[in-house]
Amino acid sequence: MPIASGSQTVGPYLHIGLAWLNTDRIARPGVKGERVVIQGRLLDGDGGGVGDGLVEIWQANAAGKYAHPEDRQKKPLQKGFCGFGRIPTDARGRFRFSTVKPGRVPGPAGKLQAPHLSVTVFMRGLLKQLSTRIYFPGDPTNAEDPVLKRVPAGRRATLVAKRKARGVLEWNIVLQGKNETVFFDF
Amino acid sequence: MSKLLGYRRYRPRTQPAYDYPPYASTAKRHPTRPLVIAPQTLSEITGPVFGYDDVKPTDHDLTRQHKGEPIGERIIVSGRVLDESGRPVPHTLVEVWQANAAGRYLHKTDRHDAPLDPNFSGAGRTLSDAKGRYRFVTVRPGEYPWRNHYNAWRPAHIHFSLFGRAFLTRLVTQMYFPGDPLLRLDPMYMSIPEDKARRRLVSQFDLENTVPEHALAYRFDIVLRGHAATPMEHP
Repeated sequence: MPIASGSQTVGPYLHIGLAWLNTDRIARPGVKGERVVIQGRLLDGDGGGVGDGLVEIWQANAAGKYAHPEDRQKKPLQKGFCGFGRIPTDARGRFRFSTVKPGRVPGPAGKLQAPHLSVTVFMRGLLKQLSTRIYFPGDPTNAEDPVLKRVPAGRRATLVAKRKARGVLEWNIVLQGKNETVFFDF
Repeated sequence: MSKLLGYRRYRPRTQPAYDYPPYASTAKRHPTRPLVIAPQTLSEITGPVFGYDDVKPTDHDLTRQHKGEPIGERIIVSGRVLDESGRPVPHTLVEVWQANAAGRYLHKTDRHDAPLDPNFSGAGRTLSDAKGRYRFVTVRPGEYPWRNHYNAWRPAHIHFSLFGRAFLTRLVTQMYFPGDPLLRLDPMYMSIPEDKARRRLVSQFDLENTVPEHALAYRFDIVLRGHAATPMEHP
């Protein structure tokens, strides 16, 4: 059986190869769902912004269906919604994207998951990507989410965005320290 | 009940650690708490699907993106995208970027005292075909110094980015060249603990795909996470 290829850092010049696919508007106008802007910062161990990072997003549509052949649920797919975002951080480590809030998708043992976005983080100094999730503040289904339940209660807040203004959420990625973001091994 | 196929975890010692002191920049950029082990769900085993509309047929040829030809040794880099069962991963996006033949990136933060090449941008992309095969035409990238430690030089390499079938098969890696004496001195290459796994990132000279009077060729197969043996239960 072949050994899987090892991960290597994206290095400082990632944008040469990856910027062509940058997408900070995941849902174009006309895509159904509750509109939301999510903004935040990618922060290193000194609390400084990571200016050469990249965040990738993967999400279901507002009905809770992924634009992918493995999702065989009988739910509507809207043309033009893929659910993928690729957002570079700016010099201060800031990122921002707009999308629609996803619906609930199935989880293990037939239980539905709370609405969430999957996030992958890349940067110089990171030899292997990091995986995390964004959940939505005040969503009553967060309490029963099977993935969130795996997280020690005291750290769950790092995965839930904060309401900043109407339609605007804030969610930071903290690599180290007191409020270190929870990263997953799936 | 339909069943979903999950993915097996990476074998120990085949992937780098997040905290790897020989690569100085990992110090402030690695998580200090252990990762939380979580079940794979539909969210992880799906992922973005790209099509032939997303890439232009010429995007795989880095020597034809400008008026003139780039300086350097023209090479062909080809191979297959496979999973850990050895099955091809078809129609998946492969993105590459690299330095020019002098070891300089077309990037505002690259201050290495080596010339830029007006005929070389150093970026390409393609989709693997139905058998998982891909092919790039480019120039051999140069080695270049970096400031990780005294007299540090990166071995010649090409950055590769792949998606595979799922968001959790996402892989960013680097391809190296056979016989490069800098490999054993390179913290990035050496960050992969197992020697056999490390050598997976070294391309092989590929006589079969050389084009006489035109270009030498290197073969580089990329292996993504494979399916687990037992399906997961799902509604």
